[in-house]
Amino acid sequence: MRLLRSFTLVTSLLLAFSPAQAAQTNVAVAANFTDAAKEIAALFKQKTGHEAVLSFGASGQFYTQIAQGAPFQVFLSADDSRPRKLVEDGLAVADSRFTYAIGKLVLWSKSPGIVKGEETLKAASFAKLSICNPAAAPYGLAAVETMKSLSLYDTLKPKLVEGATITQAYQFVETGNAEVGFVALSQLSGSDVGSRWVVPQTLYNPIRQDAVLLKSGAGNGAASAFITFLRGPEARAVIEKYGYVLDGQS
Amino acid sequence: MEIWSAEIRQSVLLTVELAAISTVILLMLATPLAWWLAHAKGWWTEIIASVIALPLVLPPTVLGFYLLILLGPDGPGGWIAHLWGGRTLAFTFEGLVIGSVVYSMPFVVQPIRNAFAAMGERPLEVAATLRASPLRTFWTVAVPLARPGFLTGAVLGFAHTVGEFGLVLMIGGNIPGRTKVLSVAIFDYVETSRWREASMLAGLMVIFAFAVILTMTLVDRRATRAAT
Repeated sequence: MRLLRSFTLVTSLLLAFSPAQAAQTNVAVAANFTDAAKEIAALFKQKTGHEAVLSFGASGQFYTQIAQGAPFQVFLSADDSRPRKLVEDGLAVADSRFTYAIGKLVLWSKSPGIVKGEETLKAASFAKLSICNPAAAPYGLAAVETMKSLSLYDTLKPKLVEGATITQAYQFVETGNAEVGFVALSQLSGSDVGSRWVVPQTLYNPIRQDAVLLKSGAGNGAASAFITFLRGPEARAVIEKYGYVLDGQS
Repeated sequence: MEIWSAEIRQSVLLTVELAAISTVILLMLATPLAWWLAHAKGWWTEIIASVIALPLVLPPTVLGFYLLILLGPDGPGGWIAHLWGGRTLAFTFEGLVIGSVVYSMPFVVQPIRNAFAAMGERPLEVAATLRASPLRTFWTVAVPLARPGFLTGAVLGFAHTVGEFGLVLMIGGNIPGRTKVLSVAIFDYVETSRWREASMLAGLMVIFAFAVILTMTLVDRRATRAAT
């Protein structure tokens, strides 16, 4: 009896102390948010001592993996429909979902003077235009919406090449294999290489990027701390710095 | 919804086309190479053999990375593409053929080399004493004797090209009808939660792989029996 009581005491002490201790959480991050997420994770560690281990990929890929029990506790999607679906599937905590950033789509070329605006798309004097997979990545969908709004989708379709993620779409332009590509503004932040056209918001549906706490992270202090941190002023400053619009400001 | 959709048919056809063309080119390149490797005596022979065998060990991402640069506008692939007004060989069917040939070469060279080496010098010498020209000896003596090696090489080359994924993902650009082969289509379906299509194609690949391995085993068994 005494043994049991002391055991209970030790356990409850451990439990009581654990939130204060440094913990780890696995975060699935949409590829467009790569650089911002790294910076936020570093600040998060400084501030709380917790470590956010980041994985980068296409939102669709993460959705599938999470549905199959992938060991992530937090999901930073590039859209709002996949986090919502995860909540509906009972895989995510409903009231944890919020829009952490609104993404901006950019048409970009590595060479100066190539991208001037929508006339670049109309003239179509390029061989390859890279986008990311519209079915798996929201920025790819936004790119398709933009071309459709300009009634150029059918003309440009034969020139499209698809990357699995926005990172790959960027890298196709970076290596020069595609002259132009639709990428995320966040990928170009801190550099003014080449030429770019920030696509007007009127041409595509806003890329509302939602974060959500997954059910597997509900008991993980570091996971909920990360979500809280993401809503805080330090994280918001980083998000803005990378060219995103914050929810309620656009 | 129709399961055997145009989209799926297209990627199956494309994969077969890619594998068939690559196999023909592989056999054309691998035969002289294997012949040379089987007969050359110098110490550098094994160095060349090791270079050819590199894709066995290298992750496809290494090949994908190099090919993306080499096929690109600043590499030799770009210069070749210029000949017909293109900019890059990445994202093209031709680019995939080049990638597949490099990637599957060891699977074709090795069995043919072994077959050439296994027959020894004797049949060739006999043919020579009968005044057969070297070329004639090659076609009428060496090639028929090495038939199981050619068969194994061709089947493996074909199968390995069908099974190629990482490389295509990196240099393909996922273009339906040009670079969206089966393995990439499956990846795409899984990513977008289209389980029905994914499981159908995946099942098809399992059957295909099984048939390949069974064929190889049977060819091997027949060859062993013929030799003893």
